[in-house]
Amino acid sequence: MYPTLHSALPSSNLLHFESSTQRPRLFFPKKMHSFGYRLNALLTFSVTILAIICAFASYSDNLNLPSPSAQIQVLNVNWFQKQPNGDDVVSLTMNISANLESMFTWNTKQVFIFVAAEYETPLNALNQVSLWDGIIPSKEQAKFWIHTTNKYYFTDQGSNLRGKEFNLTLHWHVMPKTGKMFADKIVMSGYHLPEEYR
Amino acid sequence: MGWIGETVESIKSLQIRQVLTQAVSLGMIVTSALIIWKALMCFTGSESPVVVVLSGSMEPGFKRGDILFLHMSKDPIRAGEIVVFNVDGREIPIVHRVIKVHERQETGEVDVLTKGDNNFGDDRLLYAHGQLWLQRHHIMGRAVGFLPYVGWVTIIMTEKPIIKYLLIGALGLLVVTSKD
Repeated sequence: MYPTLHSALPSSNLLHFESSTQRPRLFFPKKMHSFGYRLNALLTFSVTILAIICAFASYSDNLNLPSPSAQIQVLNVNWFQKQPNGDDVVSLTMNISANLESMFTWNTKQVFIFVAAEYETPLNALNQVSLWDGIIPSKEQAKFWIHTTNKYYFTDQGSNLRGKEFNLTLHWHVMPKTGKMFADKIVMSGYHLPEEYR
Repeated sequence: MGWIGETVESIKSLQIRQVLTQAVSLGMIVTSALIIWKALMCFTGSESPVVVVLSGSMEPGFKRGDILFLHMSKDPIRAGEIVVFNVDGREIPIVHRVIKVHERQETGEVDVLTKGDNNFGDDRLLYAHGQLWLQRHHIMGRAVGFLPYVGWVTIIMTEKPIIKYLLIGALGLLVVTSKD
């Protein structure tokens, strides 16, 4: 890391005087050594420090224990049909309210949230259908409520949705400025679809 | 002229033993890089453990030039995960988020639909013609870690190959001319 005593001494073989009129001639490999080594040391040192800071920033996220809360109300089933290809499709109106402020740390770039309907059918052990999503860019916007219809079609694989009980889950995906990404969810159960198409 | 002449001279003046030592150290650098890469492949279970984001379809989460660390485990794929997948007939893998999952009762096979956070619609337009769902074998890994900007190094080097050759040349010269 430090220049060696050898190369720092002016009397070393770093300088060669060929004649008195010529400028001192630098012996190339030695010069290469000191300059290259210093550049290398500086670069290695700064990259190491940067890596340590990044690792620390990512690790510090573990110290934060978020306590988010959320509520979703299904206000209305707008329409409920069977598509020509045989798949059931539903349009819902929902009221989503959540407080995700505790998720934000100094290393949080944004939090991606989405609401998914989850249910079981005779064909599938698990169906997850994303209905709505959004990006929360800052802590100030992390406490919100929204009145919305589903952004993506609530479509089943098949025709199993009549009278179906389903869960609504609020998932979040914390995207950091650097390091490890976190994800978790709140499950809300006890929602039913109507017995008949409408 | 003097500088170049001296360099050539210093290369000429090398002993055979030194040349061999330098060849070995150059080989060590190359092989250790390879070892690290292969070890990462083993460790993460993904055939490309580190990928560079090339498009803006996941903005503002991932921008062009950011690096993602992938992990491929036996765990089932779930909605919300960011996966890297290959579509038949496309060379470049895509990094997008899973928005729909249908997992079969008995076989555990999955049908997955993805979408870029910054895209308006889902990815069915990107899939092969007539393909509605991704299956497990399309998916190369899921993103678990993120590092900003570092990927620009590889983007610049693939788009401007001259810089790559200059860099390799300079590094090679440095290794050859360094004496210890």
